[in-house]
Amino acid sequence: MNLDPVIPFLLLGILARLVKSDLRLPEALYEALSVYLLLALGLKGGVELAKHPAAGLLPQVLAVIALGLVLPLLAFAGLRRMVGLDRPNAAAIAAHYGSVSVVTFAAGVAWLETRGIAFEAYLALFLAILEVPGIVVGVLLARGLRVGAGFGPMLREVLTGKSVLLLLGGLAIGALLGPAGLKSTAPLFVDLFKGALCLFMLELGLVTGRQLSQLRRSGPRLVVFAVLTPLLFGFAGAALGNLLGLSVGGAALLGTLAASASYIAAPAAMRVAVPEANPGISLPIVLGVTFPFNVFIGLEVYHAYAVHLAR
Amino acid sequence: MEPHWHARKLLTIIAEAALERALVAEVRHAGALGYTIAEVRGAGQAGERAGDWEGERSIEFRVVCDEATAGVIADRVMGRYARDYSLVLYLSDVQVRRAERFT
Repeated sequence: MNLDPVIPFLLLGILARLVKSDLRLPEALYEALSVYLLLALGLKGGVELAKHPAAGLLPQVLAVIALGLVLPLLAFAGLRRMVGLDRPNAAAIAAHYGSVSVVTFAAGVAWLETRGIAFEAYLALFLAILEVPGIVVGVLLARGLRVGAGFGPMLREVLTGKSVLLLLGGLAIGALLGPAGLKSTAPLFVDLFKGALCLFMLELGLVTGRQLSQLRRSGPRLVVFAVLTPLLFGFAGAALGNLLGLSVGGAALLGTLAASASYIAAPAAMRVAVPEANPGISLPIVLGVTFPFNVFIGLEVYHAYAVHLAR
Repeated sequence: MEPHWHARKLLTIIAEAALERALVAEVRHAGALGYTIAEVRGAGQAGERAGDWEGERSIEFRVVCDEATAGVIADRVMGRYARDYSLVLYLSDVQVRRAERFT
């Protein structure tokens, strides 16, 4: 069996929280690890991006943006009709599911690498792109077209936030330096990637464990939503990847991206732009259900579906 | 009391980190000359805020100013944010040196 190292680390973190351990990773380490992961993903993608003509990528980029606009609309419809949520909360949660999670993507990359499955590393570009439309759609759904004066600053904060900045920056540096130029930094940015991801998973396990204990607040309907949505979106993402001519690994990774839910950029943006939405019901399902579901089960399922599509 | 101490008020606001920019804007708007921010964690009526990841940080926001300015800041913050955000506000007496640094 090919057990991914990230899984036991995530479980250990959850367990530590459940037994009320005093384990606490320093905030600075969490911060440093997230900067590291973003740069590592960006650099790796950038080296590969340089090999592709920009014009050839344009259709893929446009299709991915369209995906990022459609997914939150679907999530919103489901939350309003099937879960019966009010407009602000439905819009805020739709933004979470429309946007993406960097660490879920990183887990997907590690999953494919562990199995020696090839994939397009330049998908890190789509990771950066997909962070934004879900949040914009979420705010529009909550506010209508009268978004008010707060919209500009909110959008600016998302676009200049560390995840978009470091991913795009890493992609640019990677493309600029090329494989030869990056060789000298490979011991840090390539070799240590999985180990660093494991440490980050331990930390996220602690956060997930805490959100799990709050799950009661979200209610059973939202918990079902938090499992069905990534499955549905994951299939949609993998299907789009297949349509765009990505490899099996690439389609699985696009599926993983579509299935993932943002737990950093979206909550922060929604707190400012849609303050009446309650993070007490959205964070438990995003972090307590969807994130571990994707890591434990989703990665496997989206890959299997991508294999099926390629036949 | 030493003659070179001057009476002022210390307004302390404990809030979600998401409100940081908004609080800075309110303080500037009210005419206070400075502020201090610290990251904190704790628990209250709205539950525990452990501050163990970036989505759950809380800040302690401190402003030293005169009573009227503190009142303006507190009223605007309460009016705009108390409904949707967890907030704690309290006012205390302090003595400062260099009174011209505080409105």
